[in-house]
Amino acid sequence: MARMSMVEAIRDAMDCKMAEDERVVVFGEDVGYFGGVFRCTDGLQRKYGKSRCFDAPINESGIVGVAIGMGAYGLRPVAEIQFADYVYPGYDQIVSEAARLRYRSGGEFFAPIVIRMPCGGGIYGGQTHSQSPEALFTHVSGLKTVIPSNPYDAKGLLIASIEDDDPVIFLEPKRLYNGPFSGHPDQPAVPWAKHPLSEVPAGRYIVPLGKAAVRREGKGVTVLCYGTMTHVAEAAAEETGVDAEIIDLRSLLPLDVDAIQASVEKTGRCLIVHEATLTSGFGAELAAQVTERCFYALEAPVERVAGWDTPYPVSEEWDYFPGPARVGRALVKAMET
Amino acid sequence: MTSAPRLSLHVPEPTVRPGGKPDFSHVGIAEAGEVPRPPIDVNPSEIRDFAYTMIRVLDDNGDAVGAWVGALTPDDLRKGLRDMMLTRAFDARMLLSQRQGKTSFYIQSLGEEAIATAHRKALKPGDMCFPTYRQQGLLIAYGWPIVDMMCQIFANEQDRLKGRQLPGLYSAKEAGFFTVSGNLGTQYPHAVGWAMASAISGDTRIASGWIGEGATAESDFHSALVFASVYRPPVILNVVNNQWAISSYQGIAGGESAKFAARAHGFAIPSLRVDGNDYLAVYAASLWAAERARANLGPTLIEWVTYRAGAHSTSDDPSKYRPKDEWAAWPLGDPIERLKIHLIRIGAWSEERHKQMQAEVEAEVLEAAKEAESHGTLHDGPKPSAATMFEQVYKDMPRHLREQRQQLGV
Ligand SMILES: Cc1ncc(C[n+]2csc(CCOP(=O)(O)OP(=O)(O)O)c2C)c(N)n1
Ligand SMILES: [Mg+2]
Repeated sequence: MARMSMVEAIRDAMDCKMAEDERVVVFGEDVGYFGGVFRCTDGLQRKYGKSRCFDAPINESGIVGVAIGMGAYGLRPVAEIQFADYVYPGYDQIVSEAARLRYRSGGEFFAPIVIRMPCGGGIYGGQTHSQSPEALFTHVSGLKTVIPSNPYDAKGLLIASIEDDDPVIFLEPKRLYNGPFSGHPDQPAVPWAKHPLSEVPAGRYIVPLGKAAVRREGKGVTVLCYGTMTHVAEAAAEETGVDAEIIDLRSLLPLDVDAIQASVEKTGRCLIVHEATLTSGFGAELAAQVTERCFYALEAPVERVAGWDTPYPVSEEWDYFPGPARVGRALVKAMET
Repeated sequence: MTSAPRLSLHVPEPTVRPGGKPDFSHVGIAEAGEVPRPPIDVNPSEIRDFAYTMIRVLDDNGDAVGAWVGALTPDDLRKGLRDMMLTRAFDARMLLSQRQGKTSFYIQSLGEEAIATAHRKALKPGDMCFPTYRQQGLLIAYGWPIVDMMCQIFANEQDRLKGRQLPGLYSAKEAGFFTVSGNLGTQYPHAVGWAMASAISGDTRIASGWIGEGATAESDFHSALVFASVYRPPVILNVVNNQWAISSYQGIAGGESAKFAARAHGFAIPSLRVDGNDYLAVYAASLWAAERARANLGPTLIEWVTYRAGAHSTSDDPSKYRPKDEWAAWPLGDPIERLKIHLIRIGAWSEERHKQMQAEVEAEVLEAAKEAESHGTLHDGPKPSAATMFEQVYKDMPRHLREQRQQLGV
């Protein structure tokens, strides 16, 4: 066991897989010599050589495209997109190719690739360094979409993703890279070291895709969330004193519908929280699932708190970001219904 | 049994890394005055070798030599020097403001000032540039108020972009400065499309597209070139080769195997490779391309060879991936110093007047900063109302955004 930040845990996952499986290769913009703009691949080129960890040209379509080719050959590429906001040139390759190779070839070819990318806001990054595009991937049949909220899960989920035979979109909330974030920008940053989930076992372990985790038990209202919002929801529950049960979905597709159903049937109330814009966000899918599965257990309408339906601003970041105040008001409202 | 050798992957690597002795022997530099100036209607196939040499005007003594000298007067040159010095002083002040927490982030253009400032001089009012985040010199040479630029950087109540954009990603239509995108390469096809529109409309205006050598790897770069090749619109396709794309040296974008200027050849687009730290060469080459565009002769690609003297941005630490003293060894020198020496040599300048001008631009920047700060900085003082966040997503605000604005209570 060691205390790790999320950056270190992500790096450790790749290190661990590269050591035990020579089919694993890691590449992306600035990931080789420099070790990535967020340092997630620092040291991997030195340890495994330039043909297993290297810099890529600035071409996201090419990065995803060649990853698919390598995967079809039999390697296990882990490609980094420098920011999720820059994945769109690669979107055609993800949607039309990575997601469909297996289906259209009758299982002859497939793309066992992981596409890692930092996502989410909280760093004054504006519209090109803050987006949460998870719903653009969960909407595509053939892709798996994963988003950890802490170092322990990050390592276990990334190893599971690398071992998975299907293409996995691995979203890394960048605001969590170096410490948990409760959504209060005015409070001093806290390092991961003080958080219990920064205890990361050495060597290989997995957190299976499709298994949610209960972060806080409660009887009043179920909160469905993931990534940074897990920490924001915990803070909101503490601050309002609402007896919330907080479920960190961890993997959006596959989705742990059993955990969702069990919790909502217990509490009878459900609040969904995500950073991404509201309209057609993943929360809409969650709301539909809850309504279909738990309708007769519901005592109040399913509520959503999400990013406003605007591009992500810079100076109005904290009016945009669905922080603990907004989440807290929604919790209280859910309890009053 | 096979006799085939085991394959291996070629991964380009710069010749030096931190701690090493800077080495720029691969850059490919010609003597000043060596390259002839062809007529603007030259057949592209006749100047293919221009992609492998370098157009330079100022020689090592500071004399202007050869066919590309051009007709800039001492007044023009002094104005050019001032534009570059103001750009550098502006950058220095904004870097300081970032360290003081008045803005979150900044990108300077240190060492590359000649390119944007001299290029702007070759354009006319009404022409449209599609810049990257490193062409603040276009605005400064145009004469755009630096207070306005600072208000955008501080995201204050006077920020015309209402705190929506990262610092330095300006928009100034009036100055022929298209809104800068944070996404690399996306605007290169826009420049071509704007130029096509000018041709469709029988207009006289031209477009100027900008991209870094790193971002030429993007598919959008190639999309732009194919449309430019097919429709021959009036566009200048600028590639700023400053040797680095964050930590990736130009070889990672393909510069180890071929010059960036040569990318144009497959599209039969005439292409020049130019000393980007030579104010006179930048102006002359820009003018040549602009004249071609205005004469309906179509696109020109220009590789500007320069060096990114500073960090990529305030979030970057270049000592991790390149020698600290690399800029000092850069063979094309410092554009400000070179123009200064030239002006002194022709008897149009002195060390004394240079010092005076330095003090002048610093004072101008300081005063502008004071004024901009009086309208607020990122964390202090007045800022755009949160209500503006919901505006201009669409022309008319749809119902769901009105409702969300009400929920926020603004
Ligand atoms: C589509 C896209 N991918 C990646 C990035 C991240 N990024 C920002 S600047 C940069 C390097 C660009 O280098 P270059 O094109 O040479 O321009 P320079 O910074 O040297 O002026 C990268 C990779 C981005 N902004 N957009
Ligand atoms: Mg560059």
